[in-house]
Amino acid sequence: MRKTFIIIAAFIAGFVAVYAESPQAIIARAAVAKSEKAQGEILTELMGNADESILPLLDAWRKDRLFLFEASSKPPVVVLLQGAKDAQGAQEAVDIITGKPIANRLAADDLNAASHSANLRRIMKAVLDLTDLSSANPAKKLGAIAAIGQGQQIEKLPALEKRLAIETDPQAIKALREALALVRLKSPDPAVKLAALKELESLQSLASTDFVKAIIKDATAAKDEALLAAARSALQAVERHRTVVDFGGTLFRSLSLGSILIIVALGLAITFGLMGVINMAHGEMIAIGAYTTYVVQNIFANGLALSPFGFSVSLPGLHTTGWWRESYFLFALPLSFLVAAVAGILLERGVIRFLYRRPLESLLATWGVSLLLQQLLRLTFGANNVQVGSPAYLSGNWVVGDILLGWNRVFVIGFATLIVIGVWLVLTRTSVGLLIRSVTQNRQMAACMGVRTERVNMLTFALGSGLAGLAGAFLSQIGNVGPSLGQSYVVDSFMVVVVGGVGDLVGTVISGLGIGSFDQFTQQYSPTVAGALANVPFVGGALQNLAQDSAVFGKILVLCVIILFLQWRPSGLFAARSRSLD
Amino acid sequence: MASPEKYAPPPPPSDTVAALLAFTVLAVLIMPTLDVFGVIDHFTLNLWGKYLCYALLALSVNLLWGGTGLLSLGQGLFFALGGYMHGMYLMRMIGDQGQYHRPIPDFLVFLGWTELPGFWKPFEHFSFAMLLVFLLPGVIAGIFGWLAFRSRIKGVYFSILTQALTYAGALIFFRNNTLMGGNNGFTDFKTELGFSLREPATQRGLFIATAIVLIGVVIFLRWLEGTKFGLVQRAIRDGENRTLFSGYATPAFKLFLFVLAALIAAIGGALYVPQVGIINPSDMTPEKSLEAIVWVAVGGRGTLLGPILGAVFVNMLKSYATRAIPDLWLILLGGLFLLVVLFLPGGLVSLPEKLRGLWQRFRPTPTPAPAA
Repeated sequence: MRKTFIIIAAFIAGFVAVYAESPQAIIARAAVAKSEKAQGEILTELMGNADESILPLLDAWRKDRLFLFEASSKPPVVVLLQGAKDAQGAQEAVDIITGKPIANRLAADDLNAASHSANLRRIMKAVLDLTDLSSANPAKKLGAIAAIGQGQQIEKLPALEKRLAIETDPQAIKALREALALVRLKSPDPAVKLAALKELESLQSLASTDFVKAIIKDATAAKDEALLAAARSALQAVERHRTVVDFGGTLFRSLSLGSILIIVALGLAITFGLMGVINMAHGEMIAIGAYTTYVVQNIFANGLALSPFGFSVSLPGLHTTGWWRESYFLFALPLSFLVAAVAGILLERGVIRFLYRRPLESLLATWGVSLLLQQLLRLTFGANNVQVGSPAYLSGNWVVGDILLGWNRVFVIGFATLIVIGVWLVLTRTSVGLLIRSVTQNRQMAACMGVRTERVNMLTFALGSGLAGLAGAFLSQIGNVGPSLGQSYVVDSFMVVVVGGVGDLVGTVISGLGIGSFDQFTQQYSPTVAGALANVPFVGGALQNLAQDSAVFGKILVLCVIILFLQWRPSGLFAARSRSLD
Repeated sequence: MASPEKYAPPPPPSDTVAALLAFTVLAVLIMPTLDVFGVIDHFTLNLWGKYLCYALLALSVNLLWGGTGLLSLGQGLFFALGGYMHGMYLMRMIGDQGQYHRPIPDFLVFLGWTELPGFWKPFEHFSFAMLLVFLLPGVIAGIFGWLAFRSRIKGVYFSILTQALTYAGALIFFRNNTLMGGNNGFTDFKTELGFSLREPATQRGLFIATAIVLIGVVIFLRWLEGTKFGLVQRAIRDGENRTLFSGYATPAFKLFLFVLAALIAAIGGALYVPQVGIINPSDMTPEKSLEAIVWVAVGGRGTLLGPILGAVFVNMLKSYATRAIPDLWLILLGGLFLLVVLFLPGGLVSLPEKLRGLWQRFRPTPTPAPAA
């Protein structure tokens, strides 16, 4: 009896639905339906409907904010409560079908919320997934399309097709075609399957690998030759594309790491070339730059309270908003250069100038300074990493043919180029640069010609440290900012200087890019060659074991290659030629 | 171009022999005796055992830096390798006494191993482990030194490459898959040659062994200094090119010294492990090697007494400061180092000389006795 009633009700409901098309009405009907099953069936009608109003309504339903108002004789009215509560806790009630307030003001406590079971929530989610297909937010839309493709739910096929017909965004069209093909792989019709595989092959869809592999497995079991051939050829095309994408990604990461190394090592190379001093505190200059960025960020926001050595210092905030807040990074860049440059001058005047005749000891003294600075940073800013947010224009990705390029890294590459050009201009086109070069080539002779070498030393140190500070500002956009930030880059940048030699800027650039790429490429491909390494006599097993940890293996291989490289060029790529014997 | 270092160490004190004798009596006889009678507690004796191991590392640094002018920032690697090799034996001696009560070390059980990996097997023999204590650091130092010295890498370049070497070593040992205990390294040792490491008597024995080894190394280095070899070594320090042009194959001399220094550091490490009871990759980080250089600088490089003094002094200070003022310890260490490098290049051992000089300058000029 009851069942018959439901069927009739559903029938009538379906009939009515054709006329009362508004999704609000459908939801209202579902909310008042008598059984859970009926509710589910009614909601299923919403599948593929892209109306904007569906999401908030279903959301309200899920969160128990959709209420049934039962006026005496009539069927219940589905309402949302909104506006301010009055003394009785009553609010304005809006009929969801008409969107207009009804006469009575109602209190949430007196009403029944529309019920929902786990099953019903699942149906709502499915409906919402499809609603997302027409979302105005492109990221959300693409995500929804990809999710449907990955889910391979054949019942969602019509919605995808409908969407493809009206879609205009080329990226979304590609995603839709991919998702359609993926879903069609589940189709019982072999012709549709074949067409889907062809489509995936032409799309070079990276996401399809696992699904195509599954098809290959099934086809092998079923001895379906045509399907097998199509699937294999699709897989091949996809794998070929993946190789290209991986290579492109690795190349991009190489460039980005190389750029960072160049910025870090540039300052080091300049001071080393001029003064024969390897500044072990260079890493802390990087950290100073990064912390300057952190402080500037906080000043642009709500201020910062610090407690170095138990004192408390609070920096006032400017409480900027919007574009101003985002622009903090543009102010942080020059400031980080300046602060680190001043620190560099202090270091040179306070310590290094006493040790020019003892290069090994100046190396040690700067290490002492590095310990001091690290601990000072730790005591001032705390031992934990601090948060430096990326401004909106530096976050997000740029996708070029499936290769993901992070904006922050693109920015780093661009800025490294600018810095290299800038430093080159300073060194070759300004009078300061002329002085620096003259002192680098022959200190005594320069002094005889009246160059104030002491002052040149100071300026050089300021320039070198300032560049480290800039590097710190960049690194704050890429990784964590902590007291030992510099330590993680400083060994690598020493290597860059050792390989590049100190005679020429070009040496630093080439060796920075070289070491950066070598590191990234070994990381990317060492698991692939791990198997081959096992054949090396004696140490094969150990090498294979090591190669599986690609990051460590990359670093160690870089070191080995550098040591071998120095057999060939003991003083780096570009050594200053001199007849003097040290 | 930077001029080569022209640093003359203070002349060796004439009373080196007396100091050595005093040290021998103190370390080998008096301190253990005091321990037996409970005048100093076991902890203190153990602490001093650690200092003496560090003194060996300091001597190794000094042999290269003070003696030959090679600043190696990677001696900690050889110290730790020596420690690890001995540690492997000690790990095997735990037997099935570990947490999991299996016949293989706990961390291997944790990594899912059911039986011992091949290279672990021979380490149940003490003699094999001791052989490796010397062999592994020696071979690594030999290969690296050969490559470095034949291409005439020197000065700051040499320092930086040795730093990278120890950095690479630390990276390898930090991995779990190296099967050397990863992050945590080796610890929780039980016995050494059948003696329980928990027994004060065993620890006393280890202390005496360390002291004797240290004295032996000092006597050996003192002897080496006096030979023609020692003369060439100092000549390389003071003017490598001149030595080379005088017909001495300086790379070969340097290679020998580099390997010798690695071996001295390795013995130090091997003695360190059973006394301290732990070895892990943090001992391989560049910072540890640099710390050893601080000891030498503070004590006085180019002397035999200085590095020992420095190692003991700085580490006593560290033991105190890391407990009393943990936040300021690094500042203290950095500051101390800076001060010594800037104002006291001869280190603590040159302090009496300096003070005497100051005294001479400021002492009131004796008024000439009035003529009678």
